[in-house]
Amino acid sequence: MIGEELIQLLTPEGQRVHHPEYESSLSGEEIFSFYRDMVIIRRLCNEATSLQRQGQLALWAPLQGQEAAQIGAGRALEPNDFTFPSYREHGIAWTRGVPPADMLRIFRATTNGGWDPQRYRHSVPTVVLGNQALHAVGYAMGVQRDGAEEAVMTFFGDGASSQGDVLESFVWAASFNAPVVFILQNNQWAISEPSTLQAKIPLYHRAHGFGFPGFRVDGNDVLAMYEVTRRALENARAGGGPTLIEAYTYRMGAHTTSDDPTRYRIDAEVEMWKHRDPVERTKALLAREFKVKRPAFDEVAAEAETLALQLRDDVLAMDAPDPITMFDHAYAESHPLVEEGRREMMELGVSGARS
Amino acid sequence: MSARDFLLPDVGEGLVEAEIVEWKVAVGEVVVLNQALVDIETAKAVVELPSPFAGVVTTLHAGVGDTIEVGKPLITFEVVDEANAPVESAPAVASAPGALERTAVLVGYGVANEDSAPTRRHRRQNVASTSTSTSAIAPEEETVVALAPRSTPPVRWYAKQHGVDLATVRGTGREGTITRADVDAARGGSKVTAVASATSGGTSRFIGRDLAPWESGQAEERIPVKGVLKSMSEAMTQSAFSAPHAVVWLRVDATRTVDLLASLRQRPALSGLRLSPLTIVALALCDAARRFPGINSSFDTAANEVIVRRRVNLGIAANTPRGLIVPNIKAADQLDLVGMAGAINALVDRARENTTPPAEMVGTTLTITNVGPFGVDGAMPILPPGTGAIMAVGQLAKAPWVVDDAVVVRHVVELSMSFDHRQIDGALASQVIAHVGEFLRDPAPVLIAG
Repeated sequence: MIGEELIQLLTPEGQRVHHPEYESSLSGEEIFSFYRDMVIIRRLCNEATSLQRQGQLALWAPLQGQEAAQIGAGRALEPNDFTFPSYREHGIAWTRGVPPADMLRIFRATTNGGWDPQRYRHSVPTVVLGNQALHAVGYAMGVQRDGAEEAVMTFFGDGASSQGDVLESFVWAASFNAPVVFILQNNQWAISEPSTLQAKIPLYHRAHGFGFPGFRVDGNDVLAMYEVTRRALENARAGGGPTLIEAYTYRMGAHTTSDDPTRYRIDAEVEMWKHRDPVERTKALLAREFKVKRPAFDEVAAEAETLALQLRDDVLAMDAPDPITMFDHAYAESHPLVEEGRREMMELGVSGARS
Repeated sequence: MSARDFLLPDVGEGLVEAEIVEWKVAVGEVVVLNQALVDIETAKAVVELPSPFAGVVTTLHAGVGDTIEVGKPLITFEVVDEANAPVESAPAVASAPGALERTAVLVGYGVANEDSAPTRRHRRQNVASTSTSTSAIAPEEETVVALAPRSTPPVRWYAKQHGVDLATVRGTGREGTITRADVDAARGGSKVTAVASATSGGTSRFIGRDLAPWESGQAEERIPVKGVLKSMSEAMTQSAFSAPHAVVWLRVDATRTVDLLASLRQRPALSGLRLSPLTIVALALCDAARRFPGINSSFDTAANEVIVRRRVNLGIAANTPRGLIVPNIKAADQLDLVGMAGAINALVDRARENTTPPAEMVGTTLTITNVGPFGVDGAMPILPPGTGAIMAVGQLAKAPWVVDDAVVVRHVVELSMSFDHRQIDGALASQVIAHVGEFLRDPAPVLIAG
């Protein structure tokens, strides 16, 4: 069946909502830790934007506005689950334990990856739109063949949903009943293209056409994101096959630091979404229902500030790699053509004599 | 202290230069890390650059409107040398380890968390030395702020440029902050006081400045053509001598609009909105464009083509302290009554506060100029370049009107619309103005249906 409703457990004002199928299982302590994650990742993201504006990063893709969509989904994962992000999933990387500085390496162009995907069970950013959906389904089919009780999760946006890669991955996931959860963060804008132009039906309805369930969740509601994702992951691990979760959210900032959103969208729309802020509604719930007081919130803000300064230091300390290292990971094993290129480059003398 | 340069970065993947749009700091100002320094416009976007240093601004290497190359110095700072900074930890650091331990209760964290945690803890200690370089500056900054009257960096810079001491200026902005207009008033005011005994005449605004009174001013005063005046003069000359203008007029009984606005203002949900006849005219004109898209067109001489646009970027002529500017509301055809009222208010507020972003000044497709507040019945406006039509709205006043062969008192407004007669003919212009007129005459059905 196609659900017609937005699944929401927490209103923008921080009031709980009754839902017939989903109920929040989280304690106050856990909700507070979700809040902490969202505040920290927002602050780190702002620092990264500043670093780009100061010439320290080549590019940055801000996540502001999508904190709940990512933290809610990321915190629903089990340690052995595996995740395939696009280039905006800093919140997921944070929940997987990736050190913040490692998230920025690729944006400073000092690496092609940034971290060891196996260590964090989190793949490196995929910039080719929608590509990671195929990686995820392939990996999930591998999990199936290993008989492992793991789920795979992948992330893409409303724009990438128009890509052949994503739609092909839906076909494969459905045909093989692969243990994969597709998290579609509909942030309303594919750079300057409104999502309603690319999707004439709500995006989550597409899953139905491929033969698996799809849900639309209030992507700015961390409680709903957590519960819906958790159930979808459990279902995948139990052999129930794929699920599409459309996190209905909003990109508050630019698509990337190379983009100027004021050229294509109106302030009134941004103002409207400010009232649906994911962090503020969680804070309101914590303050009212769990009597969390200001010092606790201040402590989180201070911690975020400290991490931001640390991130800055770490980024400024990153050295450009020796150009010769570009040949190191072209293939897993030695390859004659790559070796020839390496030799020629050393002969040109453009890099240090490292072999 | 040592000098540090902030070189203009490439903020967009392969840009070579940028133009200074607005400085947000002035020489001598104490800035903190990541404080907004300047708005720059590149080929791609207008972006705000945050400060990479905490320190004192010693040199701004370019003026507003200048273009500078990527990699060239933008600002020079005096910064506190880290080696000299005291090695006390910042208060923010103390609470961090406790907060980290809370991650133990987290659900779904990766297995790698335990061995990455010590790394983070180790790093966190390094933070102390950096953050103190910031906090060492802070007390100094507080002193500066406490002594200076409240204003914003651009206004301080503006006052300094014009030799106005802010301590002598009374602020009329929000919470008593000094605005640019206050600085202008102080400048004009001092001139007036000098001659006040000789004359009773006041000052008159002209192209964004106060003119000295008739008796006391210079016999001939020359004003340089720059800034808003320059934009206005160039735009109007270009338009007047390239687009053949023609005009249509319509007098409308807008009594129902007046009644509707009065009843809407009573509703608590709409109480924050400044609803005015202009709101209704804006909705009406957008609705007319939807029905007659030809009016939302422009003549592209270079390509020898007429461009019809199915999106209205609605320009609103605004009378600002600096002069006349025409910012626009993007995609105004998508707005409902509440959205339109909010958008117009925000646009006008920004124009008056001089915070209109450059993006709001480009891409106008249709324009409204509201001349009613000046107490006139109508006008023949000149088209903003690149647009096909501009509507002037006159004063809304009671007037005798014939209803069922009897003369009654009604609220009457005069609309006029100039159009580019190269592509728009009188028949189309008449349909459009008639549609707007009908909307004003009976707004309720359209508002409810739309």
